[in-house]
Amino acid sequence: MPGLIAYGAYVPYHRLARADIAATLGTAPSRGTRAVAGYDEDTTSMAVEAARSALARDGLRTRIGQLFLATAAPAYLDKTNATAVHAALGLDPHVLAADMAGSVRSGLGALVTAARSPVPTLAVLSDLRTGLPGGGEESAGGDGAAAFAFGGHRNGAPVLAELLAHDTVSDEILDRWRLPGAPASRVWEERFAEEIYVSLADKALSAALDQAGLDRDAIDHLIVSGLHARACATVRRTSGVRPEAATADLTAQIGNAGTAQPGLLLADVLDRAEPGRIIALVVLGDGAGVLLLRTTDALPAHRAARPVAAQIAAGGAPMPYATYLSWRGLLDREPPRRPDPEPPYAPPAHRRNSWKYGFVASRCEKCGTRHLPPDRVCVSCRSVDAMTDEPMEHVPGTVATFTVDRLAHTPSPPMLVVVVDYDGGGRFRCQLTDATEADAVIGARVEMTFRRTVTAAGVHNYFWKARPLRTGETEGTGA
Amino acid sequence: MSSHGIRDRVAIVGMGCTPFGEHWGRSADDLLVDAVGEAVTSAGITLDDIDAFWLGTQASGVSGLTLSRPLHLPYKPVTRLENMCATGSEALRNACYAVASGAYDVAMAVGVEKLKDSGMSGLSGTSMPGAGDDSRGEITAPANFSLLAPAYAAKYGLAEEELKDVITRIAWKNHVNGARNPRAQFRKEVPLERIRSAPIVAGMLGVFDCSGVSDGSAAAIVVRAEDAYRYTDKPIFVKALSFVAGPADGLLDPDYDFTTFPEVVVSAQEAYRQAGITDPRAELALAEVHDCFTPTELVLMEDLGFSARGQAWKDVTSGAFDLDGALPVNPDGGLKAFGHPIGASGLRMTFEAWIQLRGEAPPERTVASVAEGRTLALTHNLGGGPGECVSFVSVVGSELTD
Repeated sequence: MPGLIAYGAYVPYHRLARADIAATLGTAPSRGTRAVAGYDEDTTSMAVEAARSALARDGLRTRIGQLFLATAAPAYLDKTNATAVHAALGLDPHVLAADMAGSVRSGLGALVTAARSPVPTLAVLSDLRTGLPGGGEESAGGDGAAAFAFGGHRNGAPVLAELLAHDTVSDEILDRWRLPGAPASRVWEERFAEEIYVSLADKALSAALDQAGLDRDAIDHLIVSGLHARACATVRRTSGVRPEAATADLTAQIGNAGTAQPGLLLADVLDRAEPGRIIALVVLGDGAGVLLLRTTDALPAHRAARPVAAQIAAGGAPMPYATYLSWRGLLDREPPRRPDPEPPYAPPAHRRNSWKYGFVASRCEKCGTRHLPPDRVCVSCRSVDAMTDEPMEHVPGTVATFTVDRLAHTPSPPMLVVVVDYDGGGRFRCQLTDATEADAVIGARVEMTFRRTVTAAGVHNYFWKARPLRTGETEGTGA
Repeated sequence: MSSHGIRDRVAIVGMGCTPFGEHWGRSADDLLVDAVGEAVTSAGITLDDIDAFWLGTQASGVSGLTLSRPLHLPYKPVTRLENMCATGSEALRNACYAVASGAYDVAMAVGVEKLKDSGMSGLSGTSMPGAGDDSRGEITAPANFSLLAPAYAAKYGLAEEELKDVITRIAWKNHVNGARNPRAQFRKEVPLERIRSAPIVAGMLGVFDCSGVSDGSAAAIVVRAEDAYRYTDKPIFVKALSFVAGPADGLLDPDYDFTTFPEVVVSAQEAYRQAGITDPRAELALAEVHDCFTPTELVLMEDLGFSARGQAWKDVTSGAFDLDGALPVNPDGGLKAFGHPIGASGLRMTFEAWIQLRGEAPPERTVASVAEGRTLALTHNLGGGPGECVSFVSVVGSELTD
């Protein structure tokens, strides 16, 4: 039986304490934290991080036949965002990469499409929830991404969770909406949609269980995801599953990442579920959808390298609310007296896609020297055009020297710059992110992460930065 | 194939140098007219006597018209060139070769830069489309050179505070010298504590660890050595001209440790070979070096052979490079006190060698080494940063070598 063959989640490093919002704006006190994408992250870059995590094991990238990026906060319109993920993963050119963008429900859409596709499919769910200062979306929202590959069983890439059944119910309903370009979504009176969603969830869950020949008692992990918090809570409580099967929604720690939330919650369950367990994923929003999965014996040996819980635990200390506002463009700060940053130019960026998006360097075939960025002439033996591709995105390194640039134009000054010497050879100077000045020291261990370095003249620049390799996280596995 | 040098084949017989500073009221054209006019006057000639021109400017104009237009030069060859922060020195080098080759009797090297029209802090540089989008172009100049500091401290076991004292003293020394120079941008001594506690710009570097941003121009007139005494009784002979562009491997190769500029080592050794210098610290009367940032001057003391490896910080601390030290370094105040109008800086260094070796520096700034019989001066100019740079070294002298 086909099913899930790989998964990975990405929770950004930064946190915002809800109490800080309340203290700043004088609103009602609220508890917990939400996850915040870095100033150098967007839904595309977070999607890349989640997908890298999902496809970290050898041989997985070559199996993917199509890729869907689902997000309600696409970095670009008209231009496909999934192609950036495709480029960063170095997938075969014939792999279809397309967006399912605009609505929060596109997350469910990508998951279901991947689950029932005859072609091995990667669904990446990514979202960045902002809203207006003081609003519920800001406080309850979160940022993050998750990626799931569905396909058939192969040696080396076994099915980790079989797809037992799925069902979807679609309903045209004015519950949550946002006009293009509007800063925040709007919602109808909460009680209006609650009953409707509870009913639709029941309908979809019943249909899926009927297909699988199971009853509600069989469910070991019930995940309920959606932006309608009351409806989700009611479904969790009243759906008839065993009470201990209902899983927490993580909103106290990381908020609700909208499009990506079903993915983050599913990844969290997969991080700890034992073999042979039934997982019901219920997603509410403009209808309801259900995926019924049964974990296999292969799951424990093939879990994601970075569990959701570990990423939550590794989050930074809460950032000042003013920093959050300025990162989101809600607090326009005085720029440095420096030239505006340059946007990327299309032809040189396109020529260097595999370097810029994939961080693929070159290695001299004659003497083995690594070159970052790729060169044609070997810096060591001067051989010409004797280079092979050298993927470096998974290679950790050590800081040789560093600086803190307080003059540079960056959305979050000061800019941390490190010279990285990679394990096994090669050196590159780049920015250090998800870090404080205390993290920039000679000898610090770092790994690479895909970021949106700047947006200039209406163009996003995507490139790689180093970030501290934090204790408790597994060093990157081979790609 | 080898480099032969042109020792004693050409001489500088006239120079001009504008005051460096924030010349809100003067354009690059104005600065060129002033520097060229002063040089011509000092050589006792007219513009018509100059056969060819080399103009160095990084970004204050393109083509020879940048010089021929403001001076309305009548149909003369004018070459505009650029070689990063060594641009001014490169103009001198090319003018010298033109005369040494016999192609021209009289050549002028002139450099100019107008930085203060941009409205930006620091250098804004020039960018090629897409040059910075893989993050290599984003780092600022102070941040780039500040990479030297932690590496040097770690290699030689200095605490950060100790190294801060050393670089603070370099800034203090150059400001002491600049305070005695009417052409300098900054003409006040700055107390050590003020330098040390100044706001941080990048890494360990405070505002006073960075050279200023200024406008300026300087010019030199070059003739064959045998003709030199027709123009002046105190010509300055060119002993060595050395220039290298590095292989740009320091940001690729983990063996590079950010405590040296290999390009400077190579260009200095070549210059010493051309000039016949074996012990630069004992033979040179003064050195004008590229103190764009204080850690740069520290590392240069070792790369130029003035200090043993790992010892420059001690020599700096003991005052070896002070105006009254064993080898005065940057007696005019350096980039620190002059700012760094890119195309002009290299020739500004030569101007200091010119007045010191001719005994024309004001008494409060005269290096004692000339009176003690030393006749050689070194200028050093670099562009780029740690790991990939271009480096120029010249040696000039007031006497012909036997």
